[in-house]
Amino acid sequence: MIPSLPRPAWLRTATAAYLIAFLVFLFLPLIVVAVFAFNDASYPAPPWRGFTMDWFLGNAAKARTGLFQDADLLGSIWTSFVVASWVTLLSVLVGTANAFLMERARFPGQQVLSVLIMAPLVIPGVILGISILAFASRLAELGEDLFGWELDFLRPGLPLVVLGQFSYMATIATLTISARLRRFDRTLEEAALNLGASRPAVFRTIVMPYLAPALTGSAAISFVMSFADFNTTLMLVGADSPLTVMMYGRMREGASPVLNAVSLFLMIASGLLALTLLRGGSKPPQVQVAAPSAP
Amino acid sequence: MQTRWHARLMLALLLAPALLWLGALIILPHLDLALLSLRQRTGPQQYVSSLAQYRTFFHEPLYWHVFVRTAVMSVVSTLFTLLVAFPIAWIIAKILQGRASSLLFIVCLVPFWVSETVRTLGWMILLRESGVLPALLVKLGLTAVPVEFLYRDATIMLGLVYTSMLFMLVPLVSSLESLDNSLIEAAYDLGASGASILRTIVIPHAAPGITAGCIIVFMLTLGNYLTPTLLGGKNSEWFTEQIYTQFITRFNWEQGAAFGFLLLGLSTAMVMIGLRLAGQRFGDVMRRT
Amino acid sequence: MSTPDLVADAVVKRFADHVAVDALSFSVERGSFFSILGPSGCGKTTLLRMIAGFIAPDGGDIAIGGQSMRNVAPNRRPVNMVFQQLALFPMMSVGENVEFGLARRGVGRADRKRKSQEMLERVGLSGAAHKRVDELSGGQRQRVAIARSLVLEPTLLLLDEPLGALDLKLREHMKIELKQLQAAFGTTFVYITHDQSEALVLSDHVGVMNHGRFEQLGTPQELYYRPQTPFVAGFVGANNRIVGKVDSINGEIVALSTASGWSIRARRHGSPAAGAAVEAFVRPEACILGRSVAELPQEFPVQAGAVQSLLFDGANSSVLLLEERTRHEFRIALPQTGQFSDLKPGEKIVFSFDPERAACFPARAGADGRSA
Repeated sequence: MIPSLPRPAWLRTATAAYLIAFLVFLFLPLIVVAVFAFNDASYPAPPWRGFTMDWFLGNAAKARTGLFQDADLLGSIWTSFVVASWVTLLSVLVGTANAFLMERARFPGQQVLSVLIMAPLVIPGVILGISILAFASRLAELGEDLFGWELDFLRPGLPLVVLGQFSYMATIATLTISARLRRFDRTLEEAALNLGASRPAVFRTIVMPYLAPALTGSAAISFVMSFADFNTTLMLVGADSPLTVMMYGRMREGASPVLNAVSLFLMIASGLLALTLLRGGSKPPQVQVAAPSAP
Repeated sequence: MQTRWHARLMLALLLAPALLWLGALIILPHLDLALLSLRQRTGPQQYVSSLAQYRTFFHEPLYWHVFVRTAVMSVVSTLFTLLVAFPIAWIIAKILQGRASSLLFIVCLVPFWVSETVRTLGWMILLRESGVLPALLVKLGLTAVPVEFLYRDATIMLGLVYTSMLFMLVPLVSSLESLDNSLIEAAYDLGASGASILRTIVIPHAAPGITAGCIIVFMLTLGNYLTPTLLGGKNSEWFTEQIYTQFITRFNWEQGAAFGFLLLGLSTAMVMIGLRLAGQRFGDVMRRT
Repeated sequence: MSTPDLVADAVVKRFADHVAVDALSFSVERGSFFSILGPSGCGKTTLLRMIAGFIAPDGGDIAIGGQSMRNVAPNRRPVNMVFQQLALFPMMSVGENVEFGLARRGVGRADRKRKSQEMLERVGLSGAAHKRVDELSGGQRQRVAIARSLVLEPTLLLLDEPLGALDLKLREHMKIELKQLQAAFGTTFVYITHDQSEALVLSDHVGVMNHGRFEQLGTPQELYYRPQTPFVAGFVGANNRIVGKVDSINGEIVALSTASGWSIRARRHGSPAAGAAVEAFVRPEACILGRSVAELPQEFPVQAGAVQSLLFDGANSSVLLLEERTRHEFRIALPQTGQFSDLKPGEKIVFSFDPERAACFPARAGADGRSA
């Protein structure tokens, strides 16, 4: 129970033990991944055979291809980066528009729309993927049959991957930004108008600075979740694989410590992103929202 | 007059992205998927409407079996996630205070900034026959030879619980944080024990958060593909795999679409049942996540 | 004489940087209404939470109904508490709230229903059992919170500033209601508040608390008419505060003058020597006002001043004036006859007061010159 109520010693011990066990459970997989990125063996498994940087720097001469020499992996990181950038841009833009639409405007059918906006969260990612795949193919066929157009962007490939991820990321961005907009004290706006500011000026100097943490927060969530997305991406991917799909393929083929190396790279990158966000002054409530990475 | 026209224009501009997004990426694709699932190929470029795809599902015990298995395991893993996460959420929201509480919360969220692929890789290195845990067990003399932990249902369950933890923890923490400590003190002062406070005060208050967490976790577990296939291998028998096989491997889109709809139906039905059980409304619950 | 319902014996509570409750001892008679009055941060909430059992004292002991409460958990103490924000359970109906404690004691459903009905009737909420908590008005919620505790027939009911959240009108009304409830039930109430009017109106005895100690413990009348410390004189009721040095002492009466040279007389507390720093307090309603010296009683020294502003507040109206020579601010209550309601700023006026009704204390270390 809470600290102001008496807690027997055994309960306090049990609580601490549970917490420690939970943290071990939480971090053990990540620690193992990181450690075996430096094991001098061609398979990420015990025993420990000494420290090496081969899985980062190794090249053909050493008969080990390290991460920085592995063109396929590097290419897939770049692909993921491009996809994530587009998804982030689209999600934040549409999420912001939606937030204003739901929090500020009043129009018939708003209730229905508010349920529809949340729907993508309860549609499994695989189904979002196949429905967009099937619909895009039908449009492509229609375009070809009716007009003889070659609509290649509607075939499996990166544009569809971007659209597929965006289809549910927009919901998450909308929820994050709406939540902050809802807490906005509208008298601040009225005060600014009262002090002689024009509507665009109020928007620029009062509303946007207030929303900024939610915008950066949802951008970070979108970026990280896009990097991590697997289900939707798998159904829509074409010739160029983003990182998760590439890693999945290699994990099915068999393990190689180079996967540990690229994983460690991901951990460091997202760790740095999280740190910059925290340093950017977002308090715990925003961090709470900024909890990304869907399976 | 001018301001009214102005307001209409603003509304139209704000509505456009939402309608485009929902129309082109959610509503139309799903309608199309529905049509796709309701037709049968009779020859090249020739189709008739039929329920054949759904009939196949009901007549083929394998599909049935996988479907039910996926549903049951998802429910069980959701309940496990709730059980594991609840004490942690309580520690974060009620036992620790100030900086310690927010620090622990952040620490608990950190692993989920890394993709599921990486986390699953970790579990594979830990649990496979040549992995860390079997080696440790041999060293401790608990087993004579390394044991294969992968490709078991319990392992799939472990992976699913692990990967869903965040989505349970966040709504639980926020709903427990909003519980006023004086309610707990008042109940205690009126003679309640820890267990009866949990039953009469805490759980009723946290119900929306619990529902939200369970719905999200169930939905994500049901639709998961990566964890069951990697930790369960051929034994995983997860329904999303069937969809993938039909769509991508066999190129039987009609059958895949029907499977997709069955999964969507199952997911929606469970969400509805969950909401009904907790007496919650969809919108209120989703806002809590 | 029965055993007191509450006895605190040298109770101490320290927090990291300060002593919240400092070796406090007092007792509360059975069936009485006891208030702890003090500014925020004086330690009164800590004291109340120690009585309830939510905080363990670092030293001393608390006995309730003659039983030591050391190592007795809050849910096993014969005390119940009305929380500051009431802490009614929003997930339960009014009736369920009242039944809650009975259910925890294992009282049967039918008994529970009957008792909670009776209790709700006694607090004037007979039809409200099925209502949700948020359907009630502020005053009704208050009554539910009290009913929920009293249905358990506690030895002691603790109330943590329960009127703080109410608006002024309702607060005035609830004061009366609380007093009537306490009289009707005869339960011992321990009430904490920072509002001196609540404490004076409600209580049989009041402990005025400051820096973890009781400055004075007595009936409301004693506190008001015979404050024992300058803090009590300043905190309980309105008072004019005059800081100065002792000129001479004549029996019980001290003559003192301020740095700017204004001389008054007041009854002494303690025995200050001539030249010692003192502070004196004069109640606004202890003064007699007049337009000319002839209107004042002859036996008291006459003071003169000019009206600075008229503070009209119905029956509590007063005039703020500046003493003629020293421009010292002084507040005097206007008589209810309306006699002086036409005073204008700048108008010359005379006044006097009985030195017996003014109190002079040795100056507190570190006390500033502002009137309390």
